[in-house]
Amino acid sequence: MSILLDEQTPVIVQGFTGDKGTFHANEMIAYGTNVVGGVTPGKGGATHLERPVFNTVKEAVAATGAAASLVLVPAPFCADAVMEAADACIRLVVTITDGVPAQDMMRVKRYLWRYAKERRTRLIGPNCAGVISPGKAMLGIMPGHIYMPGNVGVVTRSGTLGYEAASQMQALGVGITTSVGIGGDPINGSSFVDILALFEADPETEAVMLIGEIGGPQEADAALFVRDNMTKPVIGYVAGLTAPRGRRMGHAGAIISAFGDTAAEKAEIMRSAGLVVAPSPAELGSTVAAALARKPSPRVMVGR
Amino acid sequence: MDIHEYQAKELLAGFGVRVPKGGVAYSADQAVYRATEIGGSRWVVKAQIHSGARGKAGGIKLCASDVDVRRAAKELLGTTLVTMQTGPDGLPVHRVLVEEALPIARELYVGLVLDRKRERIVVVAHPHGGMEIEEIAQREPEAILREVVEPAVGMQAFQARELAFGLGLAPPQVSQAVAILLGAYRAFRELDATMVEVNPLVVTADGQVLALDVKMSFDDNAMFRRPNVVELRDYAQEDPREAEAAEHGLNYVALDGDIGCIINGAGLAMATMDMIKHAGGEPANFLDIGGGASPDRVAAAFRLVLSDKNVRAILVNVFAGINRCDWVAQGVVQAVRAVQVPVPLVVRLAGTNVEEGRRILSESGLPIITADALAEAADRVVGARRSSPPDPLSVPERGNVQSPPSPAGRGGQGVRTSNANAPGPV
Repeated sequence: MSILLDEQTPVIVQGFTGDKGTFHANEMIAYGTNVVGGVTPGKGGATHLERPVFNTVKEAVAATGAAASLVLVPAPFCADAVMEAADACIRLVVTITDGVPAQDMMRVKRYLWRYAKERRTRLIGPNCAGVISPGKAMLGIMPGHIYMPGNVGVVTRSGTLGYEAASQMQALGVGITTSVGIGGDPINGSSFVDILALFEADPETEAVMLIGEIGGPQEADAALFVRDNMTKPVIGYVAGLTAPRGRRMGHAGAIISAFGDTAAEKAEIMRSAGLVVAPSPAELGSTVAAALARKPSPRVMVGR
Repeated sequence: MDIHEYQAKELLAGFGVRVPKGGVAYSADQAVYRATEIGGSRWVVKAQIHSGARGKAGGIKLCASDVDVRRAAKELLGTTLVTMQTGPDGLPVHRVLVEEALPIARELYVGLVLDRKRERIVVVAHPHGGMEIEEIAQREPEAILREVVEPAVGMQAFQARELAFGLGLAPPQVSQAVAILLGAYRAFRELDATMVEVNPLVVTADGQVLALDVKMSFDDNAMFRRPNVVELRDYAQEDPREAEAAEHGLNYVALDGDIGCIINGAGLAMATMDMIKHAGGEPANFLDIGGGASPDRVAAAFRLVLSDKNVRAILVNVFAGINRCDWVAQGVVQAVRAVQVPVPLVVRLAGTNVEEGRRILSESGLPIITADALAEAADRVVGARRSSPPDPLSVPERGNVQSPPSPAGRGGQGVRTSNANAPGPV
């Protein structure tokens, strides 16, 4: 089993007919994703990539039964697109868009809470590579061929560092149930904790790799969640040991501005909460492989 | 994005936040004119740089005459001010703010931030202003007041009143403080700020409440819809290399080490720098070239990294996903031909079409050291840095670097621009 997404999940693309929408919709279809159509306001009624185009998400849901959406619209319109999807009862929205204003995200998350829990939309991103359940489907922009199906859940802030982890794991024959990019922005649709809870509940996931970075409280929250709520081994890594204080390292959220924001502090919090911390980014795959081999004694500490 | 104090005061004044009478000056003459315009007999001349802690660094001068104002402005303008927050290089003073000096009875702290844990705007206040909030939090954490703003309705007057009474203000001052708090919140919300700090908020001897010093930072992601804020940007306060990087769509942060880094993706960039440190080296910079590694963009990245004279070796690490390694390799080869690279260069490619990419690098005839895995790449660049001469720029260029240009030419134009247009991150 995978979390969030499988080959059955009916998917639409918001921003379907644009360059990016077209390119990535094609990649997703080629991977086996059940893409049932797309939305581009003003182009409703057209056919694109042999699939119907709709003016609104509500129309797309009514006609196709779509349950998930990939949002590939420019940053100024991203919040609006996510809220439209939520209002149309899309259960899973993944947004790749980089550069969404932080206050837009604040309002989007507040908006999602208007809905009762049973029908509330789960948002992944923005500024992420998306979600892939290897061998089944992908809802994102990652290179599908570097992911091998298997039993490890991956949750990461960074896109390319997530690719690095996946390819290290593939080289060692370690496969993945689902890999989720939560994104590099200060406010994410889903947190590490949200995704860890899904992996803990997924019978097929045996261990989880969590790749964080400097800035923000999420890695520490995740470490405490692992300590208090998880039975599966979690392997952690925090990028940015050499990052100076107060400087934004590419991602809008990757900035050391408060106590506990540094990579060293976060890694220490993870270790003290019982996570296995990979000693370097070259050992993401091997640390996971070693942890799997050691099961069922999950709470093993690895020194640096 | 940061702005100057005088700019932040002008913005906040537009939202009903009361500030001292004052004006900006670019010259000593102008400063004296401002003082005359303001009137009174005592003024403060404040250096305008993007940093706090200016007072302790001698950047704020109290003046009791025209002559004093002229002297203070002359002393400050054109100098470089080093504060506890600027780093050793300091920041240039091109403008001063001349303000009326006020008799101060009390100093308070007010700050608005975007709280990442709560995902809300939080208003923080403290009865003792003038210190840094970190210092306040350490000394008297129990006296910090907090109001979390519900985004659906915004900050309410009762929240401002709770803070004002909590600060121990008397009723006549409470209504003034409420206006300032609500105004600062509206400015935060309507200008897409990430931080508004009024430190100190003062009560004068005659019972007036004013924002004596203010600081504002803005969300770079939202500046597309805030042209009136963008025009306040002062490039003189920014690292010129970082500004140049931004023009090329690159993300560059200068560091103290000597191994230049060119990487795609912020997380992989940070991890690669970690790996260099792990291998015994120190990165000279953070540089994320983003998705499409087009020859032009890679060439710009090389120029940027080489503009740091400390750089003794360069590591290029690209994980090509949607993008392809052969395109990236061609970009690197063309960039190295277009930009003379006088230091050892290690290139690690991974991902789609990796064999083809490596072949292009090895057949280029360029002195490029290649690596397959991350650890290997870091070891090789640290090793190459050790064998690199102490001042590579004075060493005669190696023959290989001057190999004849490829048929595609040296500029990189017209070759596989398709990868520049490849959508999204690789």
